[in-house]
Amino acid sequence: MKFAVIVFPGSNCDLDMYHAVKDELGEEAEYVWHDSKDLSSYDGILLPGGFSYGDYLRCGAIAQFSGVMDEVRKAAEAGKPVLGICNGFQILTEAGLLPGVLLRNKNLKFMCRTVGLKVENNNTLFTNEYEQGQEIQIPIAHGEGNYYCDDATYTHLKENNQIVFTYADDFNGSRNNIAGIINDRGNVLGMMPHPERAVSDLIGGKDGLALFRSIVKQWREAHVSHA
Amino acid sequence: MKKVKVYVTLRESVLDPQGSAVMGSLHKMGYGEVEDVRIGKYLELVIGDSERDVDALVNELCHRLLANTVIEDYRYEIEEVVSQ
Repeated sequence: MKFAVIVFPGSNCDLDMYHAVKDELGEEAEYVWHDSKDLSSYDGILLPGGFSYGDYLRCGAIAQFSGVMDEVRKAAEAGKPVLGICNGFQILTEAGLLPGVLLRNKNLKFMCRTVGLKVENNNTLFTNEYEQGQEIQIPIAHGEGNYYCDDATYTHLKENNQIVFTYADDFNGSRNNIAGIINDRGNVLGMMPHPERAVSDLIGGKDGLALFRSIVKQWREAHVSHA
Repeated sequence: MKKVKVYVTLRESVLDPQGSAVMGSLHKMGYGEVEDVRIGKYLELVIGDSERDVDALVNELCHRLLANTVIEDYRYEIEEVVSQ
């Protein structure tokens, strides 16, 4: 499986994302600059964390109009897995690929630590290697991770099982502790925590690895014929 | 040429922790009569002569980029700029 790691000016988790799929899983991965006009050769799209365009105006607001975003939309429409982590999640909401928006943390602090997450839906292409309801430990690092959406959107997310991860504790003000959501179709996931920073015991835990394994497993089942 | 002043504010239904922190500080300073503080953004655009309707243009800019209408409202004022 071949991943594109999209690099915006100000991305800073691109190397971790690349490391997770390339070195830990042994899959193909390439860095793709934000003005790329063609993502057709990639099977999965990864939008890394960081501070694209310095978070100017709003987090992800400028990046949504980067040249590559039309291609990211195409990939999403084609049903390819699109994963946005942290700033990647913010970009996906600004681009309208996921509903809602990420506000400033309720305590105004940038928070960087490992937190407990609950897998709310393991029946997705991103979470099939987790148990339903499993609690995992994943690092967070954000100042604007306070997920907000209106009542109608929340009801829709809830009824369609689009809330994939929730925080075990409320620390940033997110509506109903939402940490990660998928789109209606189930092929676009945005989450604030960093699974790519939890892929080896050497760095404090590997609870994030199953997320990347899930993507690869689903893709293999769909694409690899048993000759 | 026109100067457009755009004011972007958080919707009433959205909590503004920055505004709350500033209000807390004002209260500590003794200004107890301050009952609410909301923080927003102010942008100035200079728009050259164009065939396009300036109201339609500014609304489009606000909707597409300058404001996120999920959480923000905006209003604007247009001033004619007389070139020197």
